Amino acid sequence: MIARISLAAVGLGLGLSAAFALSPAHAERLIVSVSNHRVTVTPNYSGEELVLFGSVEKDATTPSTRTNYDLVVTVSGPRADMVTRRKERKFGIWINTDYRQFLGVPTYLALFANRPFDAIASPEVQRRQQLGLNNVLLTQRVGPDYADVVPNDAFRSAFVRLRSEHGLYREATSAVTFLTPTLFRTGIPLPAEVPIGTYDVEIKLFSDGALVTRAESAFEIVKVGFEQFVANTARQSGLVYGLVTAFMALMTGWMASIVFRKD
Amino acid sequence: MQLYLPIADIPVNVFLILAMGAAVGFVSGMFGIGGGFLMTPLLIFIGIAPAVAVASVASHIAASSFSGAISYWRRRAIDPALAVVLLSGGTIGTALGVWTFTLLRSLGQLDLMIALSYVVLLTAVGGLMFWEGLRAILRTRRGMAVPMRRSGSHGWIHGLPLKMRFKRSKIYLSVIPVVVVGLIIGFIGAVMGIGGGFILIPIMIYLLRVPTSTVIGTSMVLTLVTMVFATMLHAVTNHLVDAVLALILMVGGVTGAQFGARAGQRIRGEHLRLLLGLLILAVGIRFAIELVIRPDDLFTIRETGGAG
Repeated sequence: MIARISLAAVGLGLGLSAAFALSPAHAERLIVSVSNHRVTVTPNYSGEELVLFGSVEKDATTPSTRTNYDLVVTVSGPRADMVTRRKERKFGIWINTDYRQFLGVPTYLALFANRPFDAIASPEVQRRQQLGLNNVLLTQRVGPDYADVVPNDAFRSAFVRLRSEHGLYREATSAVTFLTPTLFRTGIPLPAEVPIGTYDVEIKLFSDGALVTRAESAFEIVKVGFEQFVANTARQSGLVYGLVTAFMALMTGWMASIVFRKD
Repeated sequence: MQLYLPIADIPVNVFLILAMGAAVGFVSGMFGIGGGFLMTPLLIFIGIAPAVAVASVASHIAASSFSGAISYWRRRAIDPALAVVLLSGGTIGTALGVWTFTLLRSLGQLDLMIALSYVVLLTAVGGLMFWEGLRAILRTRRGMAVPMRRSGSHGWIHGLPLKMRFKRSKIYLSVIPVVVVGLIIGFIGAVMGIGGGFILIPIMIYLLRVPTSTVIGTSMVLTLVTMVFATMLHAVTNHLVDAVLALILMVGGVTGAQFGARAGQRIRGEHLRLLLGLLILAVGIRFAIELVIRPDDLFTIRETGGAG
């Protein structure tokens, strides 16, 4: 069930809910919107794709020579603490031994650009602007300190790889397409196991390797229906949930003994 | 038909789970056991987290043992006094088991402990049953009478104090070994997600010398109460019971069990034991292989809490 929005809707969406860039010092302004600000996940949800679209608005102060824009879109889901564990062979079997704690890291993270990050900006700018999964800040607890580590750290790369395998972390350097020199769009794929919560979308506009302006948007993912009700009840009122489940088990057993009663 | 499991947090095919429930139910009906030792591993093998599998199977076993217990009760094949004494140990064992489960989970060693206990318990019990069944079959082939196995006199168990008369089973026995047996079964049941019938029944027959007329019914009562209790505790402490998953398993399980019971009546006892032994052994070996070979991925991630 992939909900793609047609181009015809772009113009309408632009007028509906546009997020304006906050820095008036720059000559450009970004106007962006996502196709849906509230995604509802139903029991048969098997993934969806949101569409982000927007345009670069120039004004009188914009240098007329400036036409080549680069865009980087960062989508980050609700944050959580996570533990990454590594198995090692001990006494002939594989056991969890070492582990690292990741603190307040996004449960969903997607980075989209119109071309490779190396072509957009210098490594220094990439690091400062957190362009690419290798440059995004993922805080680890290292002893008493909190810090991010080098991108090729075994735990960090395993963490990013595992999240990517579930489609929860992704990086696509050709996902942003310019429809005209100033009008752009990109898809935001949301897999089936997408976490619920508020998602922040940050759009950065680069030109000649430097950040020109930025804009922000957001959307929300809510789960509805019976299964979400079940999940909430299980978490919030475990006792009632346990009682109901146990009662359900007894009823099923009792029903079976009636249905299949042998005389 | 895909269905999203709310607690296990993965989409599954309803018919696959239903078929698994029915298959395990068939086996459990055939051998007169709960089938948790098959159900939990199967769920783990299709990708459900071991912790969720253990907690959800508890409620599935509660359902199947309840329907079994009702029919045994009608046939007066349950010893209420024996059940109560077993339960006094069983509930404490279950509480200890859930507590250990929670502790191991926070240490990140739960999956390993579940796998290790499966290897040890299943290969040992399965191997013994297989051996016993094989010997019995060989003996009948050679035309010898199958001796009723009593494995020694176990004088020390019958010499223990606090003796009590269990009327329906017609035995006079100390309550101490009964409580201890209940405690052990309750403990491993809560940690491993099994009813424990396949261990409890041999112990009751060979060690406590409970007559076969009341042994299955009484063990089902213990299974029923410890599993209901385990469901409650897992729901309250770990929030890991997937009611949707459990319901599908129950429906499949109780249906399969009826057909299994009919099939079981047509097979000879020692063949049944041989088959069951092989089945248990196979599951144990499957877990052992999993532990010994290098896993596809050495790293795992677990969410430990929201940060706002």
